[in-house]
Amino acid sequence: MAVQVETPVTNTFGMIKLNNISKIYKSEAIETVALTDVSFQIEKGEFVAITGPSGSGKSTLMHILGALDTPTTGEYILDGENVGNLSDDELAGVRNRKIGFIFQAFNLLPRTTALKNVMLPMAYAGISKQEREEKAKKYLKMVGLEDRMYYHSNQLSGGQQQRVAIARGISMEPSILLADEPTGNIASVQAEEIMGIFQKLNEEGHTIVMITHEPDIAEHSKRIIHIKDGKVFEDKVNKTFRKVTK
Amino acid sequence: MDILELLEEAVGSLTLNKMRTALATLGIIIGTGSVIALISLGQASQKSVETQIQSLGSNLLTVMPGSQNSGGVRSAVGSSITLTLEDALTMANSAQLNYVKNVSAELSRRAQVVAGKNNTNTQVVGVTPTYEQVRNVLLSSGSFIAQRDVDSMSKVAVLGPTVVADLFGGGADPVGQTIKINNQLLKVIGVTVSKGGSGFQNPDDTVFVPISTAQKQLFGLDYISTISVEATSQADMTNAQDQIGYFLLARHKLSDPESADFSILSQSDILGAANQITSTLTALLSGIAAISLIVGGIGIMNIMLVTVTERTREIGLRKALGAKKKLIITQFLIEAIILTFAGGILGTLLGSLVSYIISSLIKLPFTLAVHSIVLALGVSGVIGVVFGWYPAQKAAKLQPIEALRYE
Repeated sequence: MAVQVETPVTNTFGMIKLNNISKIYKSEAIETVALTDVSFQIEKGEFVAITGPSGSGKSTLMHILGALDTPTTGEYILDGENVGNLSDDELAGVRNRKIGFIFQAFNLLPRTTALKNVMLPMAYAGISKQEREEKAKKYLKMVGLEDRMYYHSNQLSGGQQQRVAIARGISMEPSILLADEPTGNIASVQAEEIMGIFQKLNEEGHTIVMITHEPDIAEHSKRIIHIKDGKVFEDKVNKTFRKVTK
Repeated sequence: MDILELLEEAVGSLTLNKMRTALATLGIIIGTGSVIALISLGQASQKSVETQIQSLGSNLLTVMPGSQNSGGVRSAVGSSITLTLEDALTMANSAQLNYVKNVSAELSRRAQVVAGKNNTNTQVVGVTPTYEQVRNVLLSSGSFIAQRDVDSMSKVAVLGPTVVADLFGGGADPVGQTIKINNQLLKVIGVTVSKGGSGFQNPDDTVFVPISTAQKQLFGLDYISTISVEATSQADMTNAQDQIGYFLLARHKLSDPESADFSILSQSDILGAANQITSTLTALLSGIAAISLIVGGIGIMNIMLVTVTERTREIGLRKALGAKKKLIITQFLIEAIILTFAGGILGTLLGSLVSYIISSLIKLPFTLAVHSIVLALGVSGVIGVVFGWYPAQKAAKLQPIEALRYE
């Protein structure tokens, strides 16, 4: 009799495991190497910033971590699941269940209420409308937008839009929250607020991976992985960790 | 995500750009509208022709002079002079022809008819008294041509209601008055009841006179143009047709049916020919209208392609958040189908309205076949799927990273 063993997710198992990841873009005759032999592991409950100058390959890394793209060689294991060779639809499923995206440009549906935006990933997961609405309200309240739930996304400020995006990101209780330059399009006061929300979520146990090129934003995380020329240049504990105090 | 939510989203995005949605639908509206209008008008004219032919009399066979060449050109029929009054009289008196109930001889010519200051160009038909029975003629006043009128070549006439209206004004009773045809004065002895109808052979626009009067006094001709035969019953039509055929062949001393100098047409022959013409015309016109439906479909495809390009970022985001290909395809297909289906419904309404207006203008019976509506709506739905498929596929195939980067 076959016994189904659920892989235990412990602190030492690795929420994210990247083994020798390389990514080469081929266009006509030119090959562009974006990532070479990148390996690291991120544990459950970590708050990691991935930094690097533009052109360093951090966007490519973000796409691979977000299951938006697949590596040319190497292995990517996310929460016990090998994301290497999945079909488009399977990747969509992985993104839906395991990854909460927060984009630089917020990427909310325009002319759609904040509530409906937060409900969207849950709709794709097939969650009942009633449950979706309850959860979406809960998460919007968590990011402090309970009085803006029925505003259309284009009626909100940048900071507010990003908070809607965070609520949407955590709505499926994903394995990781993946933020790509989350403060790139908003004023610094609001950026500080966003970092505060990230730290709060991290304290509650959420695993957060944040891609940023701004050193003072990276300082809000606990570990910084520095990418340069497509390789891991430095991977260190953030000794200058800055906690947002309200 | 269930179908209701997808519908809600589709309606939402279609109402964002109302002008474009309306214009995209217009092609389908015009296409479906013209198909519905043409089919409906075609059926109306078919029905009108049918009732007109049936009103001529049931169990009716028409013998016409001229050669019988089925399938070929029949321009010669009716213009020859091979039938005589004698033919009709011997036919009527023959005991052999047991499937024949009544025989009526007719000589039909167009002539100018004058009454006082009024005159009209109409059809003058010389008839025998049996015409009344054979052709179901009813009189609203006076009496029909009698046998003694034929025997004595009386100068009497029975008028159709249209002629009465043209010569004496509507509502007048002209019985007792006189009319003039080819300088001969005739006394009006009766008026027929309207049969309804139009065109060249309109039974209401006719003057009936005794056949002898027509031949000798009015036109100076010794032949007749038609012999109408009433068969004993609907079931005996073919038998009657055969009997008359052989009878006339023998009388005209012809041995080969191929060389017959007359043709016998039954009601169903005439009906069939008329139906064939109207249905061919209907099919041809609806075919042309169907082309505009296809053009409308291409318009929908064009708009959907624009929509997909415009919403590249949105599609990318949806895919990043976990939307599978099938869902994206469904979403865009639903939008296309809503466009074409709404166009189909509006087109059906418009087409019915146009057909109703035209029918009442040219006095056709208004008919609206349920099957043509079902067909139009079905076809417009199918057009949505066919022309929405390519844009929907294009949307579903977008790679999320490229789509998110798209500005």
